[in-house]
Order: sequence, then C-alpha cells, then structure tokens
Amino acid sequence: MKLSGWGRSPLVNAQVYVPRDLEALQKLLASKPSVIARGCGRAYGDSAINSSATIDMRRLNRMLAFDPKTGQLIAEAGVVLCDIIAAFLPRGWFPMVTPGTKFVTLGGMIAADVHGKNHRKHGSFRGCVDWIDVMGPDGSIQRCSSKSHVELFEHTLGGMGLTGIILRAAVRLRAVETGWIRQTTIPAPNLKSAMTALERAQDSTYSVAWIDCLATGENLGRSLVFLGDHANASDLPTYRSLHPFATPAKRKLSVPFNFPCFALNRFSLRAFNALYYRIGVWNRGQQLVDWDSYFYPLDAVADWHRIYGRKGFAQFQCAIPIKRSEEGLSALLQTVAKAGAGSFLAVLKRFGPQESRFSFPMEGYSLALDFPITTKTSHLLANLDRITIEHGGRFYLAKDSRMSAETLRASDGRVASFVRMRAKSGWKSSFQSAQAERLVL
Amino acid sequence: MKPSVLILGARSDVGNAVAHKFAALGHPIQLAARQSETLDAEKTNLQLRYGVPVTLHEFDALLTETHAQFLAMLPELPEVAVSVVGLMGSQERSERDQLLASCIMRSNYEGPANILALLANRFEERGSGTLVGLSSVAGARGRATNYVYGSAKAGFTAFLSGLRSRLAKRGVHVVTVLPGYVATKMSEGMNLPARLTAQPSEVAESIVVAVERKKNVIYVRPVWRMIMLIIRLIPERLFKRVRM
Repeated sequence: MKLSGWGRSPLVNAQVYVPRDLEALQKLLASKPSVIARGCGRAYGDSAINSSATIDMRRLNRMLAFDPKTGQLIAEAGVVLCDIIAAFLPRGWFPMVTPGTKFVTLGGMIAADVHGKNHRKHGSFRGCVDWIDVMGPDGSIQRCSSKSHVELFEHTLGGMGLTGIILRAAVRLRAVETGWIRQTTIPAPNLKSAMTALERAQDSTYSVAWIDCLATGENLGRSLVFLGDHANASDLPTYRSLHPFATPAKRKLSVPFNFPCFALNRFSLRAFNALYYRIGVWNRGQQLVDWDSYFYPLDAVADWHRIYGRKGFAQFQCAIPIKRSEEGLSALLQTVAKAGAGSFLAVLKRFGPQESRFSFPMEGYSLALDFPITTKTSHLLANLDRITIEHGGRFYLAKDSRMSAETLRASDGRVASFVRMRAKSGWKSSFQSAQAERLVL
Repeated sequence: MKPSVLILGARSDVGNAVAHKFAALGHPIQLAARQSETLDAEKTNLQLRYGVPVTLHEFDALLTETHAQFLAMLPELPEVAVSVVGLMGSQERSERDQLLASCIMRSNYEGPANILALLANRFEERGSGTLVGLSSVAGARGRATNYVYGSAKAGFTAFLSGLRSRLAKRGVHVVTVLPGYVATKMSEGMNLPARLTAQPSEVAESIVVAVERKKNVIYVRPVWRMIMLIIRLIPERLFKRVRM
C-alpha cells in the first residue's frame, strides 16, 4: 500500500505487516531483507517506512504494570500516548515529557527521543525512560538502560528505529494535582524580546513562543510567548477543584478535504498570523488552560495536514546552539519572511543542555516551520538548511522528509559514529527506513 | 459499580475490542476463552487502562457439556453477555473433510447457541440482561464459496431471532450483530474492499450502542444492509449460476 508520514510526502509503496505477538515479529525479521517499525505515522517524512517491510506496532499495545508509588509504567511499544493520559491522568499522573500531539506511540517517542515545551527544565523523553526491551537483528531481546547494554540504550534513544525494534519500556510519569495548566501569555513585538522573555522564564516548567513568521522589518520575529506550570488544586476555582482532572469536552473539528493550493497564499497567511498575534495581545496575562488545549492544540482539528493540500507539506525544524541562536534565528526568519511562503505559525523553543549519541536537542533554540511542497519552497528550504549549518545548528529527523545525506553530515558531527555503530552491530542490514536510505545511515 | 460484561471468545480481535469498549465505560469484565491463563497480560492491560476488575474463565464453546459448569463458576451472573465465538475455516477443505465441516458448523452454531441458551434461562429468571450474538451476513443466503460457514451462521441468526421473541416480554434483550467484513486475524491475507471492511473497534462500538439502545439486528457498516437486500432478491435461477 501507499504509505507516507504525517506531511504526506514522500508517498512510498510499502508492504505493511501487523504482528500480534513477538513470534510473528521474529519471523518477519528472519524473512525480510530489512524492516522498520512504525507507530501512528506521525513522523512527518519517511522515518517509519520501509518498502519491503514496514511493521505496524500498534497491535502490541498492552500496558503491563504500574507502580503507584514511583509512577513507573511498563508498557508495550504500541501503546498510544493519549491512552496513557486517559488511563493515568484521572489517578494524578501525566507524561514527564510530551510532544505536540498525543497520537504517538511509546515506541515512536523513544525512537525519536521526543522533546516538549519543558526541555530546558527536564530534558528530552530519555529522562523518564528507565529501561527498554529491544529486539535485535537475530530476534533476540535485550533489556537496555543507562546501566546495562549502554551502547544499545544510548543509540536507540533518538536512533529513529534504526537500532532494533523497541518492544517494551519502563517510563516514569509525573505526579500532578490537576489536569490544568497555569498559562501566562506574553506578547513580544520582535525576536529579541521573545528571546528575552524565554530566557527570563527559567522557573516555568513549560515555555514556548509562537512566531508570526511573515512579520518583517522591526516586527521581525513578533511572537506570543506562552509559559506554563501544572496548576495545583488550590489554583482552581471551587467548582473545578472538586473534579481537578475533569476538563471540558470539546467540539471536534476536522478538515474534511484537501484545501486547493491557492487557499494558502501570503495574504491569507499574513492575515491569519496578524490576527493570531492580536488575539494573544488581548489575552495577555494569566489563564487556566486544560491539558488538552495546552499541549495538543492541533489534535483538536482532525486531519489538519489537509490544509496544505494534496501534495503535502514539509516541516523544517532545526536547533541552533545558544551562542549563535539570535544571529541564526534572525537570518532564518528574514529569509522566510522575504520569501513570503511561511507556515501558519512557527514555533520557537528554548532547549536546555543535552548531548547524546544521536538525539536532536542541544542547548540553544529550536525553530519549527511548515511549508506546502512547491518548487519555490524547496528552494527556500535549501536556503534554511544552509543558514542552519552556517550557525552550527542541526535538524530533527522526525520532521525531516527531504534533507540530503550531505546536509545531514554537514550539520551533525555524530553521524559518522552512528553509521559505524550500525555497521558494527549488524543493525544496518536489518533495520532500514526510506529516510535512512536517503540519508545513507 | 456498573454491571459486569461477559465476553465469550475473548481472545479474538472483536472480543478484545468489545472488552476494551465496555471496560472504558467502567464495566467489570469477565473474559472467557480456551487457555484463559494466556490472557493474563490482557487482563492486566484492561485493569491498568480502565481501572475495572477483570476475571479470566476457561471456556470451550465446543464442549457443550461443560457449559453449565462454566456458568456456575462465574463470580456473578453478568448483565451483558457477548458471544463472538466463531470459526471461518476453509470451504474447499470442508467439502472433503467431514470433521472440519462439523467443527465449523458446531463452532458457529451449536456452541454459541448452547451457551446463550443457558444464559438466557438465567437472565429470564432474574428478569434482566442483554445477550449479544455475533452472526454474519454470510447467513443471509448460502453461497457456493462459503455455505458451510454461512449455513451455521444462518442457524445462529434464526436462533437469536427466536430467542429474542421468546424473551421480549421477560426483560431480556437479544442483539444480533451482522458485521460484514472485519479486519481481523480471521480475514488476514484476504483481499477485502476497504469501504466494506470494518475495524474490530467499530464492531465493538456498534455493539455497545446496540446494547444501550436495545437494538435488535445491527449491521456494523450500513451499506451491508443494502448489499444483503440485493443478494437476497436475486432469483435462485440466476443465483445458482453466479460464483460468489
């Protein structure tokens, strides 16, 4: 069947298998030239597609144990984040680190070593992983952690499924008193003030900025900075504090068809971005926001990727080291604004320190943007790649669908050792994705 | 605490999906299947996800003589019992292999009908409860390519309809489910048209709705009602020449 990531490009003809147990998985490994595991398909590009054997892991989705003292959950890799929240938030537990969608599997979060709005404070997903069980090329299973089978552990977190099949994991959840977030909105008229606000926000658990990437001149980098902390029971109004984990039901929106390509132009986008900023300015200050709207605003619109039309879209996400962040970000934003081919909203985050074998985050700033796929935007994306590399930055593989092997190597000095490790351990021959082939990993 | 739900044939994909839907609504779950101890991980999974009590029960639909004993061993008489027991088998093989044919017939009719009959009597005594039987659109008309399976399902459909009439005034409701194609272990490898093929979770969802709203006969995807109407209307003269 034709398979793609969330960005709907590239579209690859792939054989999909849906094993129900470990034996079936072992048989697949033994009989196919190479495989890649796939979760909900929320990586934007071709990270979880292998034309000869893509293994849909969503049938291996049992929760196996939970320790209410430590908050440790042991579950199979196919468990979806929204189910973890549904099961444990009512009991006072929330994921330690969450990406911007709840429709991702546990295995996918580990493979991409996802980060959230709290990277600065709590690091990436690896911080809450106690151990993982990984199936190797010969079908044997290793339990790895930061203490045993360390090499496997280190390369699997952020290894994009290229080190084996993630089967099970023990992850720690965070104790929370309510399902609500105390949010502070700070309008920032330009990039510099946005960065200042993010730098000042060290005490907040969560921080993120939505940038109007089409604003130019002195408005360049105009944004809304959102800070957030888990609300305590005492922060809630009385009528809510009786049911601190209940949040209002929302109307489900969906995008019923692919938008025609003319719907997204610089005028409609500019108008949307400007309006969004105005609304933020009106709403400045403190608010209580329920967990779903705070962490997963886009999940409320089913199939939102259709707004980018039939051809799909590409996401660009880079991290730039702290010393060169300001310079790099303004160069990126200038280029985007000049091209007038921006996304609805760009997302800016401050990352805390991290240096791991192959995970994306590093101390500095991360910028994420979407672009519909056209010849014009591919040219623009190449420019953004170049600017990122010039400023010592690197790219997020979970979002990538189009980078070249040369670009990856120019941006990330760790590639060589990852590739060496893959060859040495036999992972390379057994675990391959379309992305890994493109990037020669 | 909400009333409990018994799933007969709990290892199947549909049985599993039905267990999840009812557990999510807060119902205690009784899982019945052969080698029930192997469902232990599933039991933990349901308990962790939904915080409801789950129990495992050894049940073999074909060992009809053990059914009364099986019911006696349940911790409590359930309020809802869902039978998803069934066996597709191979039509071609069952034309030559009498044992297989018999097994298909018994798995789709005798076994499920027998256990539902026993439950029906208990429910009738109590004066409440819902019985759900997973039958098949294949029971609407015997087709050359799967009449062994289809005939057993036809028998089961008729049984359920009779049971429903008998219990209508006794506070006991009977639901007949005609799912059409479902993407399960049973149908894996078959090339099924996507528009006509339901996911196990869809079947489960329509069962939950049917139980709540006391529906009688449900098709999971409405298009099947139309298809089966047409298939039933084809004159036998023509039908016997069509290979379907």
